[in-house]
Amino acid sequence: MIDIALKLSLIILAIAMLGLVYRLVKGPTTPDRIVALDAMGVNLVSIAAVLSMILNTSNFLDIILLIAILAFIGTVAYAKFLEKGEVIEYDRNQ
Amino acid sequence: MTVISDIIIVFLLLAGAFLSLVAAFGVIRLPDVYTRNHAASKSATLGVMFILLGTFIFFLAKDGFFSSRLLLGIAFFFITAPVAGHLISRAAYNSGVKMWDKSVRDDLKNKK
Repeated sequence: MIDIALKLSLIILAIAMLGLVYRLVKGPTTPDRIVALDAMGVNLVSIAAVLSMILNTSNFLDIILLIAILAFIGTVAYAKFLEKGEVIEYDRNQ
Repeated sequence: MTVISDIIIVFLLLAGAFLSLVAAFGVIRLPDVYTRNHAASKSATLGVMFILLGTFIFFLAKDGFFSSRLLLGIAFFFITAPVAGHLISRAAYNSGVKMWDKSVRDDLKNKK
């Protein structure tokens, strides 16, 4: 029962990833593409978790936390670049 | 591996995958960037939290392995995903992305 559920959820997650790729390619504005990339990072964490259950190893659990942190930092950097034009500002009082 | 933990793991996995699929459909079908962000940042977060909880129960029931990294990952997603959604939405509004033309109310229009 649990093998079928694992494979089914992996297929469903792959379909969701394809839908997000559609929005990433087509999205009319830049924030659309950032939303799609952020959701793709979240989906990638789910795929890593399901894959660690299929392969029956607990060595991927560090990777889950790593992908989560990197996706968050990338999203914050893109949002700050869109809003202020630079990611790290040298003069904060302007 | 008892039957009860099997049933709980299967339910959590399928619910998480279904919520991720709902998030992807929302991102495809909704009309403007704010509603898409609404779909992606809520539904995908709950979906990945379900799947990580299922993984935690899987390793706890199979090996007796208490993975504190998975609990930390669940807490991290719960904290950071709404923050990331808020930052994208604010950057979109401040860089001048138009709302859907059928939306009726913009509270930030006169506030500069």
